[in-house]
Amino acid sequence: MTKLEAVIQPSKLEAVKEALIEIGVDGMTVLEVRGHGRQKGHTEFYRGREYTVDLLPKIKLEIVLNDELVDKAVQAIIRTAQTGKIGDGKIFLTKIDEAIRIRNEERGSSAI
Amino acid sequence: MRRRGFFAFLLLGICVSSSAIWAQTAAPDRIARLEQQVTAAQSSADNAWMLVSSALVLLMTGPGLALFYGGLVRKKNVLATMIQSFAMMAIITVLWGVVGYSLCFGSGTSFIGGLEHIFLRGVGSAPEASYAATIPQQTFMVYQLMFAIITPALITGAFAERMKFSAMAVFLVLWSLIVYAPMAHMVWGKGGLLNAALGGRIPTLDFAGGTVVHVTSGVSALVCALYLGKRVGYPHEPMPPHSVVLSFIGACLLWVGWFGFNAGSALAASGLATSAFVATHFAAAAAALSWSAAEWVHNGKPSMLGGISGAVAGLVAITPAAGFVTPMAALIIGFIAGAFCFFMVAKVKARLKYDDSLDAFGVHGAGGTIGALLTGLFATSAVNPIFRDSSGNVLPSGVFEGNFRQLFNQAIGVAIAWVLAIVGTLVILKLVDATIGLRVSEEQEIQGLDLTQHGEEGYAWESSAI
Repeated sequence: MTKLEAVIQPSKLEAVKEALIEIGVDGMTVLEVRGHGRQKGHTEFYRGREYTVDLLPKIKLEIVLNDELVDKAVQAIIRTAQTGKIGDGKIFLTKIDEAIRIRNEERGSSAI
Repeated sequence: MRRRGFFAFLLLGICVSSSAIWAQTAAPDRIARLEQQVTAAQSSADNAWMLVSSALVLLMTGPGLALFYGGLVRKKNVLATMIQSFAMMAIITVLWGVVGYSLCFGSGTSFIGGLEHIFLRGVGSAPEASYAATIPQQTFMVYQLMFAIITPALITGAFAERMKFSAMAVFLVLWSLIVYAPMAHMVWGKGGLLNAALGGRIPTLDFAGGTVVHVTSGVSALVCALYLGKRVGYPHEPMPPHSVVLSFIGACLLWVGWFGFNAGSALAASGLATSAFVATHFAAAAAALSWSAAEWVHNGKPSMLGGISGAVAGLVAITPAAGFVTPMAALIIGFIAGAFCFFMVAKVKARLKYDDSLDAFGVHGAGGTIGALLTGLFATSAVNPIFRDSSGNVLPSGVFEGNFRQLFNQAIGVAIAWVLAIVGTLVILKLVDATIGLRVSEEQEIQGLDLTQHGEEGYAWESSAI
């Protein structure tokens, strides 16, 4: 089992979500987050005062996958979230020890 | 045909002569009754408008100003900021009934009212003719109360996010008695030094409170900002408004409420009220445009916060002028005020490095001052024939009409408001500082005033609140 965490542009969420559902991803957790990588922030003005905002709004997806789906999911995200510009985001993969369904205490890949 | 005409003529003759006889006997009675009905009709119309106006002016403080200021602070201080406006609605009302109204509008000296109306003695449904001859004095009293509420509430913008609630309450009660009451009496009270309508020695034109409300509160705000010092982290830490959306709603409520503030200051549902209403609206629109334009040039983009700040600046500047100027003069006053206040807020504040958190001085002090002076230029007797000679002939009002002295009088009115505000505020601040202390501790300030002063939060996030 692998946990896939992807930070993407908020505007790409719908496309990414649809592509993931299409390849058979059953569930996901979506978070509104703020952060920055190499992308620079922007400036805002309030009554003439300039504020630099370095932390930009992003969307973070958390999905736990059976290993055979991982490559397909990574490809689906890259295909839909990529614009080629700085700020497209990143994907992180981690091995997961266990998954447990709270409703019936099922464990392992069937719990995903 | 001829005969029929003759009879008709005869009939008419009889009617006319008999009604003339009847009129001779019943005329005085009937006329007296008619006069009574006319007075009653005018009184109901005026009273209806003035009660609506009173409610509109209260709407300016809560929710108007509370939302406007509440949106401009950081999340952790939203309730503490809103409660400062709300507290004035409660505290000043009680104070007004006990002594405030009497000090402002009782007949006293040139500087302060007497005590004949304490506990609202003698303030009933009979009109007080020297103020407003067609409405109950109680209506006049409650209308003026709404002004006394919003004025101290305006100051809270300067010390937002760092003043103790207790110190704020005591400070503003004393301020209301020591600064507001004398200024209101001088400008609007019977025998007041600056009263243009009731024979003041230095007749100053202030239709709805440019000096009484905005100069006093704005200048006191500056003194507070300087005395209290900067917020922890200002100016190197960013402190952007937490919700321009709330501020937008608040500013639009202020705009609407201001119709009660300015048009209501005609104290009747009259043509003058219409004139003030129109001037108010035009100035607000013009100032919203000129602030936005200045900002567009300066920062490259027009903003929502800039637009609403400009509108408020225009409303402030037209306040003293509303019942004296034409709609086109109101446009000019608005244009000047919007750009001027932008300059004060974006440039002067940054240069002088004081922390007037929500720009109470930059908008109300600066806008009120420029508005009071421009009133002296643009006031015209065609809108409001306020000055007359001893035989009742109308005299010119403002400089452009030929009354050059008026600009000088306006400057004196403004100067008195500045001096009273500076001295009064400093004395009260010293007093409160020495007794209960003005600022919250640094830890409390960092944690936020909502939690440390009031034990609650504006935006709960615990799962129990979902």
